Amino acid sequence: MLTYAFAALLALTLVSFMIGRWRAHACVGVSTWKLHSRPAYHASFVAAWVGIPAGLLLLAWLMIQGPVLDRLVMVSLPGELVAGKGVGELSLILSQIKAVAGGTAFGDPAQPILEAGERLKSWRSIAELAMLACAMVVAMLGMVVAQSRIAPEFRARQAVERILDWLMIACAVIAILTTLGIVVSLLIEAMRFFGHVSPLRFFFGLSWEPQIAIRADQVTAGGAFGAIPVFVGTFLIALIAMLVATPVGLLSAIYLAEYASPRFRAAIKPTLEILAGIPTVVYGFFAVLVVSPALRTFGEAVGLPIAPNSALVAGGVMGIMIIPFISSLSDDAITAVPRSMRDGSLALGATKNETIISVLLPAALPGIMGGILLAVSRAIGETMIVVMAAGIIASLTLNPFQPVTTVTVQIVTLLIGDSEFDNPKTLAAFALGLVLFVSTLLLNIVAMRIVQRYREQYE
Amino acid sequence: MSDVSSTLRTGPATGHWRTAAQQRRLRRRYAADRRMQILGLGAIGLAVALLGILFGSLVYSGYLAFAQTRVVLEFRIDPALVQPDRIQDGNFRSIIRQALFQQFPEVTSRRQQTELAKLLSPGAEWIVRDHVQANPELVGRTVNLLVPVADPYDQLSKGVIPRDVPESQRRLGDEAIGWLDSLDRRGLVRTTFAWELFLNADSRFPEMAGLAGAMTGSFLTLLVCLLLSIPLGIAAAVYLEEFAPKNRLTSLIEVNINNLAAVPSIVFGLLGLAVFLGFLGLPRSAPLVGGMVLSLITLPTIVIATRATLKAVPPSIREAALAIGASKHQVMMHHVLPMAMPGIMTATIIGLAHALGETAPLLLIGMNAFIPSVDSIGLLEPATALPMQIYSWADSPERGFVARTSAAILVLLGFLVAMNAVAIYLRQRFERTWS
Amino acid sequence: MVVTGAADEGSRMNEQVRTGDIAGAAVSALPRGAGPAVTAKVRARHVDVFYGDKQALKDVSVDIPARAVTAFIGPSGCGKSTFLRCINRMNDTIPTSRVSGQITIDGEDIYDPRLDVVQLRARVGMVFQKPNPFPKSIYENVAYGPRIHGLARNKPELDGIVMSSLEKAGLLKEVRDRLGDSGTSLSGGQQQRLCIARAIAVSPEVILMDEPCSALDPIATARIEELIDELRENYCIIMVTHSMQQAARVSQRTAFFHLGELIEQGDTTDIFTNPRNRQTQDYITGRYG
Repeated sequence: MLTYAFAALLALTLVSFMIGRWRAHACVGVSTWKLHSRPAYHASFVAAWVGIPAGLLLLAWLMIQGPVLDRLVMVSLPGELVAGKGVGELSLILSQIKAVAGGTAFGDPAQPILEAGERLKSWRSIAELAMLACAMVVAMLGMVVAQSRIAPEFRARQAVERILDWLMIACAVIAILTTLGIVVSLLIEAMRFFGHVSPLRFFFGLSWEPQIAIRADQVTAGGAFGAIPVFVGTFLIALIAMLVATPVGLLSAIYLAEYASPRFRAAIKPTLEILAGIPTVVYGFFAVLVVSPALRTFGEAVGLPIAPNSALVAGGVMGIMIIPFISSLSDDAITAVPRSMRDGSLALGATKNETIISVLLPAALPGIMGGILLAVSRAIGETMIVVMAAGIIASLTLNPFQPVTTVTVQIVTLLIGDSEFDNPKTLAAFALGLVLFVSTLLLNIVAMRIVQRYREQYE
Repeated sequence: MSDVSSTLRTGPATGHWRTAAQQRRLRRRYAADRRMQILGLGAIGLAVALLGILFGSLVYSGYLAFAQTRVVLEFRIDPALVQPDRIQDGNFRSIIRQALFQQFPEVTSRRQQTELAKLLSPGAEWIVRDHVQANPELVGRTVNLLVPVADPYDQLSKGVIPRDVPESQRRLGDEAIGWLDSLDRRGLVRTTFAWELFLNADSRFPEMAGLAGAMTGSFLTLLVCLLLSIPLGIAAAVYLEEFAPKNRLTSLIEVNINNLAAVPSIVFGLLGLAVFLGFLGLPRSAPLVGGMVLSLITLPTIVIATRATLKAVPPSIREAALAIGASKHQVMMHHVLPMAMPGIMTATIIGLAHALGETAPLLLIGMNAFIPSVDSIGLLEPATALPMQIYSWADSPERGFVARTSAAILVLLGFLVAMNAVAIYLRQRFERTWS
Repeated sequence: MVVTGAADEGSRMNEQVRTGDIAGAAVSALPRGAGPAVTAKVRARHVDVFYGDKQALKDVSVDIPARAVTAFIGPSGCGKSTFLRCINRMNDTIPTSRVSGQITIDGEDIYDPRLDVVQLRARVGMVFQKPNPFPKSIYENVAYGPRIHGLARNKPELDGIVMSSLEKAGLLKEVRDRLGDSGTSLSGGQQQRLCIARAIAVSPEVILMDEPCSALDPIATARIEELIDELRENYCIIMVTHSMQQAARVSQRTAFFHLGELIEQGDTTDIFTNPRNRQTQDYITGRYG
């Protein structure tokens, strides 16, 4: 149905383009120079009036139809069925009704539910027909209005360009809508979570055991949603990743920027970039397949018990992934130091090494710090490596040989499987998501500021 | 002190450069310089070595999955078991068993027969059925078909399951090994390319599991992502770069886009879960939703890259077009955009390559459906994607899935390499330096 | 080629050096003048420089006296800066460059493979076109050279070098109270004097100046020129300039470059009043350039 609606609208838009063009030609005959705008603009004007309002109507209808019908069908249910039921039970009834309507019901549901299902089904088809009809009417109206304006002196080009402007603005605003969507959805769900669990417990609690509190009435036992161990785990893994990535990345950048021949640089730079292009799920598998067994064997050899999903494995592999971030951002920062600094130092008789350490690195430090902060934000937001290679149990430890868990791992574990948005377990994921979003955003803003100021310094 | 220049020396000041202490100091300074070089080279060497180990281990553990051990057996399509008008309901299980037992008349006990039947992949049944369905005249006759062996036998034949360890530590008993060797001696065992890997959808049996479902799912997801992010991204970038007045709104949009580019992808997954699934009520696991989420992730990248390309088009071209009376929009459409197009395409392809490897957001919107058949895939139907398939296989306990996972990764990396190669080609072919 | 007219200059300078020495007794590591400067400090013979395939300098031979300012003049792109950068081998930092011929300082071939380039550059200081103080404090800017070369055994010695260098660069009075401020916080002229202080802190014998005033306003330029005039009592100064007035004001010797060749060299007064070469005359009288 939906496909037909859009196909019909598309066809109508094309037809209206033709008609618009024909009308434009018709109103001036062969002397097309009398038209203020080229016929194609008149045609586009008509097509825009046909396609855009009707298309918007279709999209809006699709968004509203589902929730409205759900409301209607719930209201239509006999009173005794819904009286005194909680939110969870009501949504269960609704999904049963939907299953009946979709023809995928299991077992045999109660009679009122069957009836409601049938009602929903018929309402749906009515609504879809109505949608199609409304869209067509709007499209036709648009065609009539737009056509009536075609005249030799009509400034069709300006009109079309104005429409284009608004379309482009709408596209640009999507970026804001996305951010808004993220913030609002995270905030709403997180607020609901904080309705169940106090923020104090969440931010300062030392015990994270969300799996125990499956039912809402168990939460009051308390302590199960203390996120400190999760934060500490995230911090530990990110720290290990940075300890691996920063020296390797920075030293590589120094060599590439100051010592390497142009040919070596041209060959190695893209090679390092490959590391950044590998999907993280591949790193996760690599951690499980190679790094974890290798570290465990090594640990056994030196008498050190290393857990198979230790922080060291996840952090180390994440570090490999982050090397190219650090190296390319540091490389940019070092090469952006003006040549005159380098010359000034070399002309005083400094060796390259002395120039790097005393002049270039201090000068490039803001850029490098910015790069490191960006990498940290990358590390704490990274998901697949830790989901596959780190632990699920939140233990409060800073021992890199022990398994720890991270914010992203918890989000995934809490949300995978069923997603009823009304128990604290799933809502906790959104609270964690909010923390993650805010912290990466802050890191990012700070990093960008630093980098920007650094750039201005040398421009 | 050397004497080369003593006759011409004008003053004693140069002397202090030649003292032994200065020479020592100089040697130390050069040693520090060399140390820095060695450290830098070492760091690069380490990074490259890690890359090598990564690829090496994937190839080493994955190449075996591209081959499949099979046996040729003679199947008698017994009309008593398969009725010509209802072939799909035929008892092919018995046909398979009979064909196998025929090779080993000495195996008679029920227990042994049950064990022996496990030599062939459960998929053999469907292969024979499909073959007979395609050739109904075979009912009542015998046919020679190449069918895959089950995973443990496949692993044995590839040498993954060692023969020289005690029986108790092996997944296959001596008897089972004997059966495969006996078939091998009779020349019935073949190792051929594992077409299943590309043609089959997912399966619980590693030897039958393939990537067709995941590749179709990824294709649909990327298609949605492409269709959404290209027009939206280019329009937003063109507006911001060329038309936007400098006001609060546009600078807000700019800051927004820059920040969105660094938001962890899992947060976009949460957005998709809360808004697309929760609020809009779109179906779970659907490529449509996956594509929408991925397009939100790639949008900032495309906008930023497109703006950079637009910025690189020199103002002289705009001025030239404006001077002959073109409107600002016409300049954009006729001159600037076409010139910037190769750059925009390059950026888009690289963005899509990232989207192809993106896993976490898809995990949250449940795109890890078990897809046993390619036929059921649609924009609104449950689906999976290549990286999600890798994730699910990596979690599977069967030995054969380790190789399958590595192979799937190699396929995914192959796609990424191909996409990046196209992007690089485009960049080099159409790159213009404005002077 | 024999340096004519330098003997007279040299002996006059010796006088000044001696008086200067008495005045600035605290200065320890500076070259003390000795012997008449009748011979060249820097001597170049048949120098060719290539950048890739392009020849930037053709067969340049020149003698440069100690304790005098030698100006290189010529239209832009004539190779004067290139030649300047040969004298402390800064051309080595450009990967495609190639230098042939011979350049000696005090008779020592500076392209001798046994010679150490780091020490050479300590002996031949350089001041650049645009002031390029390091993004460090004023003190650290000056102390950087002595530190890397180990010229001071302890903190008081280092302080002494820094102070006397700033003093000699005529900057001490202005920055005495804010040695900890960033070098980039100074004005353009101050920055350039800081760079000169930084160069003389390693007590070089030769100071190369690559259009040191081209980024400065007239007042700052005048101060730098005064400073150069004072410094020539102790150093061999080679200065590239595109301003003939400047060359006439501050230099004692002038060399005119054109299209990579050295056209004419001699006493500044001679060159400007009585050029022997037609091209030199055209350039000086402003017919091209």
